[in-house]
Amino acid sequence: MIAKLAWKNLWFKPLNTVLSLVLLTASVAIISLLILLQEQFEKQFSSNIDGVDLVLGAQGSPLQLILSSVYHVDAPTGNIDYKEAEVWMKHPFVETAIPLAFGDNYRGFKIVGTTPDYIKKYTATIADGKVFEKNFEVVIGSEIAKKLSIKLGDKFFGTHGDAEEGHLHEEYAYVVVGIASPTGKVIDNLILCTVESVWEMHSGHDHGGEAHSEGENPPHGEEGHIHVEGDEHDHEEHVHDENCNHDHEEGHDHEVSENPAHGEEGHVHEEGDEHDHDEAKEITAVLVKFKNKMGIISWPRMIAQNTKMQAALPAIEINRLFSLFGIGLQALQYLAYGIMLISGISIFIALYNRLKERKYEFALLRVSGASRIQMLGLVLFESLLLCLVGFIFGTLFGRFALVMISSTTDEQFKMAFNPMTIIWEKEGILFLVTIFVGILAAVIPAVKAYRLNISKTLANA
Amino acid sequence: MIYTKDLKFSFNEKTTFAFPNISNEASQTLLITGNSGKGKTTLLHLLGGLLRPKSGSISIEDTSISSLSEKELDRFRGRNIGLVLQQSHFVASLNVLENVVLASWLATGKKATEKAKSLLKQLDLEDQMYKLPSNLSVGQQQRVSIARALINEPKLLLADEPTSSLDDENAFKVADLLAKLSKEYNAALIIVTHDQRLKDKFSNQLNLN
Repeated sequence: MIAKLAWKNLWFKPLNTVLSLVLLTASVAIISLLILLQEQFEKQFSSNIDGVDLVLGAQGSPLQLILSSVYHVDAPTGNIDYKEAEVWMKHPFVETAIPLAFGDNYRGFKIVGTTPDYIKKYTATIADGKVFEKNFEVVIGSEIAKKLSIKLGDKFFGTHGDAEEGHLHEEYAYVVVGIASPTGKVIDNLILCTVESVWEMHSGHDHGGEAHSEGENPPHGEEGHIHVEGDEHDHEEHVHDENCNHDHEEGHDHEVSENPAHGEEGHVHEEGDEHDHDEAKEITAVLVKFKNKMGIISWPRMIAQNTKMQAALPAIEINRLFSLFGIGLQALQYLAYGIMLISGISIFIALYNRLKERKYEFALLRVSGASRIQMLGLVLFESLLLCLVGFIFGTLFGRFALVMISSTTDEQFKMAFNPMTIIWEKEGILFLVTIFVGILAAVIPAVKAYRLNISKTLANA
Repeated sequence: MIYTKDLKFSFNEKTTFAFPNISNEASQTLLITGNSGKGKTTLLHLLGGLLRPKSGSISIEDTSISSLSEKELDRFRGRNIGLVLQQSHFVASLNVLENVVLASWLATGKKATEKAKSLLKQLDLEDQMYKLPSNLSVGQQQRVSIARALINEPKLLLADEPTSSLDDENAFKVADLLAKLSKEYNAALIIVTHDQRLKDKFSNQLNLN
């Protein structure tokens, strides 16, 4: 009955109530949205850097390197020479080194040339089919399989670059041989194949691409055919190299000696040679996990001094990102708590003003047998009811907003947020703060109701 | 039924009221008259347990209300005393029926909805039951307060100037209802008033002058 009375009272002055409720809902919605967003964002970011101590990539912004190679949300800083990187990948400090070669996409999903270690790193398994072995065999992430409803054995052509619309590589079709298990990490939205697939795809592509990029270099372009033949040859040899590392350098030597025509033009040769690598044996980044953690400290400097590459530490970059990001979140959070304070004041004013009108009502309730405590309870209850409703609405609205944000981020960054999770600790605190605001707003009116002098009130009527 | 003895009350050192002893039996009506400032309302509030006397005793049906604790007094008041005031006040957000039911719930913890309905019917308020009190005429409002005062079948029905804001027709109607229903419910009725119309109607009078 007290509850009913409180409820009826709240809606007797709907505008006051709606104002308080809107303010409360807005503040709770903003805060709970921030809580969910921050928590899930950090979790997603942190879970993706598990097992990556260092990222090797082209020079540029270290944050960009991390964002592009670990999270796949930014453009890569450039490519690095595979041979140069390989020296470091075989370093005794290294436990695993996973090469990544970006090139194409399929309907917006990135095709990444890598090794099966990449799947292991994300603790994913092959849910269906097998891992990629031969060129142009791909394993697709669970999300892609779901979204594009791709089955094992399906074939598709990649599009060059990372834009959905672009040059279609119709020379080679990818074949889906495996589907990875869901992990909730970036791998769910990637298409994985061997690094060689990416090289092969682009060496074929070079045919056209070279004419394009080498437009300024017609003599070179004229020798295109020989070049490509040599190029393909390299590849076959290179595949062998992978199996037997000894051959690798031999193969390299071989290639040079086999190609005396190039050798004659000493200077040109080097350029051409480098170009050869540019087109074919380049990778985008290497994800390194150390056996010896000393590498984390020593490598960034060593690599910066001795190579054209850079080594970035994801943990540090992500911390930097979070702290940048955190300032914004914090500001929003203060704003939201400010709104909550205003809603508290609005509740207070509403209750206080109503109390003046309602003092006869309270006196009457007392005359009818209500105790002082019941009066106190009634006022408190009204305020708490308002706060509770505000909290529930706010939490729902916050989640609704998260769904909206999630659909955008999912589209743009392949990063989705789950609105159904409850972060008990932080949302619990938010709940307590809301209730506290309710109590604080009601305390003066409630005490006034408690201490109401019935006789005086009724006598002055 | 209700007896007072040597009742005294003071707001401050200077003004002290000493009231004559009062006794009134169940289903009888006592009219307390007197000019303004003679403590009519104060006496009524003392009888209703809204104020505590400085000295003297009030006993209602063998209970000395001055010995009750604050909480016991609230309870006692709810169950045994019905109050009708000059101006009717209601819980503005509840409709007429809910207001009457609320009084039963506050006193007993039970909702006497059926009883409230029949009481309102008796008071000719059947069509007003689901309206908000503020939409009723003054006379109707006063009848609703009678219903509310009687819902718990009190031993004592107190009325403070129940007719002074009403026109003749409504004043007599309310006075008749108070007299009739207090008999029916076997309650002692005490009316505090300076309304001449009531003085003509009730013979058992006590003048405070």
